[in-house]
Amino acid sequence: MTLLSPILALSITVLVAGTLFIALDKDPVRALSLFLVKPFQGTWNLTELGLKITPLILCSLGLALCFRANVWNIGAEGQFVFGAIGGGGLAMWVTTHGVEVSRWGFFPFVIVAGALAGAAWAAAVAYCKDRFHANEILVSLMLVYVANLFLTWLVVDPWKDPAGWGMPKTVSFAASTTIPRMFPGMRLHWGLPLALLAAAAMWMFLFRTFKGNQLQIGGLAPAAARYAGFSPRAALWTTLLTSGALAGVAGAFEVVGPSGQLNQGAASGYGFTAIVVAFVGRLNPIGCVLASILLSAFRRGGELAQGMQIPPALTGVFEGVLLVTMLVCDTFIHHRVRFGNGGPAAAASSRPTP
Amino acid sequence: MSLSASPDGVSSGTGPKRHEGGAPRLELRHVTKRYGHVVANDDVALAVAPGEIHAVLGENGAGKSTLMKIIYGAVHPDAGEILWDGRPVRIGSPHDARALGIAMVFQHFSLFETLTVAENIWLGLPRSTKLRDVEARIDAKAREYGLELDPTRHVHALSVGERQRVEIVRALLGDPRLLILDEPTSVLTPQAVEKLFVTLRQLAATGCSILYISHKLDEIRALCHRCTVLRGGKVVGSTDPTKETIAGLSRLMIGADPPRVVRAPPHPGVMALHVLDLSLPQVDRFGVPLDRVTLEVREGEIVGIAGVSGNGQQQLLAALSGEDPRAPANAVRLFGTPIGRLGSGARRRLGLHFVPEERLGRGAVPGLSLAQNLLLTRREAIRGFGWIDRRHLHGQTKGILGRFRVAAPGTRAAARSLSGGNLQKYIVGREIDAVPKVLIVAQPTWGVDVGAAAQIRAELVALRDAGCAVLVASDDLDELFEISDRLYVIARGRLSPPVPTAAATVEQIGQWMSGLWEREQETVHPAPGANA
Amino acid sequence: MTEILAKSIASTLAAGTPLALAGLGLLVNERLGVINLGAEGLMLVAAITGYAVGVHTGSVWLAFCAGALAAALLAAVFGWLVVWLNANQYATGLATSLFGAGFSAFVGVDYVGRQLPWPADVPDPAASLWRIAFLDHHALVFVAIALAPALWLLFWRTRTGLVLRAVGESPDAAHALGYPVRRIRFAAVLAGGALCGLAGAYMSLVQPRLWAEGMVQGGGWIALALTVFATWRPARLVFGAYLFGGVRVLELTLQGQGVHVPSQFMSMLPYLSTVVVLCLISRNPAWIRLNMPASLGKPFFASQ
Repeated sequence: MTLLSPILALSITVLVAGTLFIALDKDPVRALSLFLVKPFQGTWNLTELGLKITPLILCSLGLALCFRANVWNIGAEGQFVFGAIGGGGLAMWVTTHGVEVSRWGFFPFVIVAGALAGAAWAAAVAYCKDRFHANEILVSLMLVYVANLFLTWLVVDPWKDPAGWGMPKTVSFAASTTIPRMFPGMRLHWGLPLALLAAAAMWMFLFRTFKGNQLQIGGLAPAAARYAGFSPRAALWTTLLTSGALAGVAGAFEVVGPSGQLNQGAASGYGFTAIVVAFVGRLNPIGCVLASILLSAFRRGGELAQGMQIPPALTGVFEGVLLVTMLVCDTFIHHRVRFGNGGPAAAASSRPTP
Repeated sequence: MSLSASPDGVSSGTGPKRHEGGAPRLELRHVTKRYGHVVANDDVALAVAPGEIHAVLGENGAGKSTLMKIIYGAVHPDAGEILWDGRPVRIGSPHDARALGIAMVFQHFSLFETLTVAENIWLGLPRSTKLRDVEARIDAKAREYGLELDPTRHVHALSVGERQRVEIVRALLGDPRLLILDEPTSVLTPQAVEKLFVTLRQLAATGCSILYISHKLDEIRALCHRCTVLRGGKVVGSTDPTKETIAGLSRLMIGADPPRVVRAPPHPGVMALHVLDLSLPQVDRFGVPLDRVTLEVREGEIVGIAGVSGNGQQQLLAALSGEDPRAPANAVRLFGTPIGRLGSGARRRLGLHFVPEERLGRGAVPGLSLAQNLLLTRREAIRGFGWIDRRHLHGQTKGILGRFRVAAPGTRAAARSLSGGNLQKYIVGREIDAVPKVLIVAQPTWGVDVGAAAQIRAELVALRDAGCAVLVASDDLDELFEISDRLYVIARGRLSPPVPTAAATVEQIGQWMSGLWEREQETVHPAPGANA
Repeated sequence: MTEILAKSIASTLAAGTPLALAGLGLLVNERLGVINLGAEGLMLVAAITGYAVGVHTGSVWLAFCAGALAAALLAAVFGWLVVWLNANQYATGLATSLFGAGFSAFVGVDYVGRQLPWPADVPDPAASLWRIAFLDHHALVFVAIALAPALWLLFWRTRTGLVLRAVGESPDAAHALGYPVRRIRFAAVLAGGALCGLAGAYMSLVQPRLWAEGMVQGGGWIALALTVFATWRPARLVFGAYLFGGVRVLELTLQGQGVHVPSQFMSMLPYLSTVVVLCLISRNPAWIRLNMPASLGKPFFASQ
């Protein structure tokens, strides 16, 4: 049941994509296989896929938590950027000051730096909401733009690589700071197992602990949460800080992992794609992992498709179509269920508040 | 307990002007409506003569509302036909119904809070009408029927009774030939009910037919010429209510003798819940401020709060349950401990439990299972690090379902899948099972079938006998007279002095519901005070 | 000095107009109880559609019509989901935004750096300052300003407006009176979408008059914030839009004056001021509740 609408949505998206390719005068089978088959073929493609899966899992887990608690944080992108600044800044400091670190010894510091920076940026959203009741959707989104501009300023001004011919980027980080890799010669790093662990932990938290239960009740029925005595403020801060920290870690992984430097490209859209991942994954941590694999394949396919003169922006179209069609499928399935066995008993027993 | 002073004699002799041989104004034949597997209306037949006040009697869930929605065009029947003045008609929408001359006064008013009375009424009239004419017509109609109404006031500033007047005037302005009233007296004081009946009789005398939906037997006997009784979606009888006894009507309605709660005299113990001079400003302009509320509940007694809904019950109960922790700490005390500033979780840990008015969305989360809903107020299944012991949780839930005879497919059933009565039994059971020291219940049996209502009332009395302090707020005066030992009345955010139920009369409580207790307080009730 | 002032006023009006148009469109939606988080996506789709049609046909009118139509079409999908199928308004709006961003980027690849075939309006250097400040503007500037009193008249001085406000406050009550709640809401979503479309097309066709990926730069989101800022009143909304237009101009003017603040920080101003304004205006939740259309964001389930 829960899988039905994502699968239906995927099928429809594939149909739309095929039609689009035909309209673009490309071989639809070949083009589609770039998005759905090729990313899973060969070690290199698989590890590159894993590299994209990691930040998507991390960001989407946090968003799933937020959305379940009815906290509409859509600024994971900004928190991701701040995590990148935190992790990248630390790596840059270590590099420029010539501090001796080992890869495994430095790894935890990257995580902490990214988590703190991401959580701090999310805390700004929580503060505006808690103290001033400002709409978190708009605030978190505005802060994405601010974070991006701040990053740009850093890499064109104070943190610019003096030997970089004026390019907007920091120095390349010392090799000792980069995240330990899983396989020699591949860029995939140990962040992926950590992300999977985070998904497992999130699942436990949501479905097996009282605290997780409280947060979800706050999202499902605020009046019931108030009746039960669950603090909405605690829920707001917990979800935003957690989701900010997770997105921040993802950002730190990205720059200290495959990039090896901080540049304007750190804002890679993972935070926005994660919104699609969270919904397609039914706001379930396991679903988020599965949806991350799918959406990473879309992204990887976008890169691979450039060989066929297909613009990579197509990935964004697919993401949008997937999410829209899933919402359509959801409502249709939901309607069928409601009309099937909802019945007047359910409708009759709720009393509207006067 | 009877609400109207003298049900007999009022309606006799003022029967409808029956046009012998003429077709009924409205006739339903074989009307059937299904929702999934549930048959809401099963082969229903009904005929209303011109000028007749016709009651549709049935308990909650008997299918009255569905039937009225069919007549009003809001719901379409699966089978059967509707005849208007003897001609078959198809009522596709409320618009069609109004075109025929059918008007409806809803139980939950369809009014717009931010608009004025005149604007509200204007919206229900044909497009061509001018707003200025509307105001004049409201004044004229209101005067004709002796209803006081200021067309320029905003609806949010009106009392519940005044809002009903807006609905009625709106219906009357369409010069209806059939007026449907859905449980119109649940929001009125007994005195206001009398006034409403005068209006309705006056209207019927002009030839307008009235369909009067209710489950209050004495009102039906006092007002109606004819009565059709629904049970389980079927018509089980059609009689002249003035010729029936209350017990007879009741047997028709529920198919058995009405259950009665047996109650031993109370043995009040120490002061459990003490509210002293509690004043709270309103949260927004739709709220009611509380004004120097003083209230005492002792162990081993049931205290009732009567009042027309919307007079501050919600605000008072939220301040007592802890959902609204703005009260001064000392204004609310639980066994002497100041709790005014504590949240609902902290108060519950001290032994104060609460059953809210809204079952779905507040007392229970609709989409979650019964077991998960246990976690709203119960922590027995929580282990270290907040881990949920699921086996314990389901076992505990199962125990409650069994003990309180909740009909549910299992502990995993979603709260919303239960009927109103069963869900209420579950929620009340969940709180009683926690062995509270103080239990506050809002509307214990609202929208609940008679069997479940009797069971819930009996459970509350048993809880009292076990020494718990119980506070019940209800719109249903009969219910309060049945189970409570002392009564308070709330009106416009102020609370009356208490009166022992045995010494109270419906007339007196009805007076107090309009806020008129000061005048007689000195003479009749010498301030029943805080003597320990 | 007066010349700088006149030019500032002119650029403020030019910069604030898309915000005003989109904001008014969203205000119409929200007065009817629908919040459309897809505004940014609608504007982007309209911007690229308008631009592409402009490049190919050379007709400004066709370009604007195409932009508004494209946005209304996307809004129709959104409206179908939230009004007829009761999908979650937030999720659906986000999906619309993401789709709009992706779709416009995809279609727009070929249009980056391409020129519109008609010349830009060059202000007459001999024009009086008065004319520069208030008269030499694109027609849509005046449309946006005129829309404020027009909407006010519609909502608060006509019976139609009363019906619209009633639907926004209590769809259930309006339904009980026999008003076609869903049809009315859907029409409002379409109208709001078309206005967002005009705003988007204005950006690519008039100011800044180019196509670039993501060129709306959060304008749709700021317009959403403006509806809160304006407490859902048209005149306040237009005022707010030009205030924000002023912030953008201030940013450019200060840079022109050689003020030594990094340009990135200047560019943050609109976003930061949005956050600050939201905080200030939302400070008192009771006051917001008082002004907010009561059914905002809530689906309407017609009783069966």
